[in-house]
Amino acid sequence: MLKKWQDLEIGGINSDSGNSIKKGLNNLEICKKPEFNPELCRNCFLCWVFCPDNAIIIENSMVTGINYDFCKGCGICITECPVTEAQKPLYIKEDKSAL
Amino acid sequence: MEALDGNSAIAEAIKQIEPDVVVSYPQSPSILILEAIALFIANGEMDSEFLNVESDYSAMSTCIGVASSGGRVFTATASQGLALMHEALFIASSLRLPIVIGVTNRTLAAPINFNADHSDSMAQRDSGWIQIFSENSQEAYDNIIQAFKIAENKDVRTPVMVGIDSVVTSNLCENIHIQKNEEILEFENKSNPTYSVLDIENPKTVGSLCASDYFFEHKMNQNNGIENSRKVIKNVGKEFGDRFNRYYGYFETYELEDAEYAVILMSSSAGTAKKAVDEMRKRGEKVGLLKLRVFRPFPYKELRESLSNLKSIAVLDRVLTPGTYGGPLFIETMAALYNLDKRPLVYPYIYGLGGRDITLKHIENIFDDMKMAFDNGKGIPEIKYINLRE
Repeated sequence: MLKKWQDLEIGGINSDSGNSIKKGLNNLEICKKPEFNPELCRNCFLCWVFCPDNAIIIENSMVTGINYDFCKGCGICITECPVTEAQKPLYIKEDKSAL
Repeated sequence: MEALDGNSAIAEAIKQIEPDVVVSYPQSPSILILEAIALFIANGEMDSEFLNVESDYSAMSTCIGVASSGGRVFTATASQGLALMHEALFIASSLRLPIVIGVTNRTLAAPINFNADHSDSMAQRDSGWIQIFSENSQEAYDNIIQAFKIAENKDVRTPVMVGIDSVVTSNLCENIHIQKNEEILEFENKSNPTYSVLDIENPKTVGSLCASDYFFEHKMNQNNGIENSRKVIKNVGKEFGDRFNRYYGYFETYELEDAEYAVILMSSSAGTAKKAVDEMRKRGEKVGLLKLRVFRPFPYKELRESLSNLKSIAVLDRVLTPGTYGGPLFIETMAALYNLDKRPLVYPYIYGLGGRDITLKHIENIFDDMKMAFDNGKGIPEIKYINLRE
């Protein structure tokens, strides 16, 4: 049911939608950046291939970490990582410092 | 009493109101407002953030940023500067941000000219802003103080532009009453912003995309703000009068009660017109004046009540809108009166472009012409240009 003009917030402001924190539009949610554990990594480079922001650092044919200057927290690296869920070298650690 | 020009009167009001941010980009002659404010801040007389930006467009965009963060903001501009703000003005009014700007009404180029006419404000008449015009420095001071209260009212939340005539009002000194600081602060009493984008506990989407399913409703919601302002402008004008003994409404009538012929105009020329009315009244002519103060929202209902009993009226527009039958004030006045059963004949006049003088003689001639036309059978009025060599 579409709202009447009398029921709208002033200025076309939207307080309850378009906000990925509340809606959980992203499986990672915003502001959660992946961490990397080199001991579990098999160096298949799938994360490097799929990362849209080129944020996976590779040195001497080894994945060595994530460049947080470029990481947007999209979580594609975690989805693409072929290692079983419990042993993934890429995982989420909550970071609210950006908020 | 203090001798101040229009620009300094506005700066004085801003000093007392002390907005959170004053945004500055130079335009002649409104730069003198910002220069005076910069001096107040440098001398420690007021405590506002003073931002120098790189264009008039940036100035309005900065105002939008400050106001959507819940801050009180002021800037001043004129002519080409207001024209450059055009796009951002619509955004400010449709986001319902209570911004106040001072506009020294200066003509638009080309040819370039620094004197008064209303081309700049009239070009923005559909931008959704409340437009208030001031006759002199005293009104400029009073209107700025009222403007913040009108804009920040929770039912209104609409930006306001306060106009003064370039050079004639902005740069000429006259004696004005300045209220005490604590009186102004008590009058203003800043209300809480309805929303702030800096409130991270309650995130908001501001200025988002809207399709045809909701756009019309949002525009109607915006229109409701400026419609609500009609009542608020009246109440604030009355409250201002009760406190400081200078009353304000949508317009000022002068000798209009028993008048047969009247002139309608805005801003500084009202002084000349009042004098002309006085002179003609001495000779027993039944003439009057209506000086419009609030052009947006246009007070059409109140104008009907005040004007319907006159024989004929002359509407003096200080702007040339090429290719139309009369200026904006004429067109709106005609539209307000047309549906009445008994209505006066309305004559369109254009005057004072680029600071061209209008004198007592010109206004007396207008009254004489109207009277002659009425006595010799009405006829259809044609546009006349005052003090033009032709």
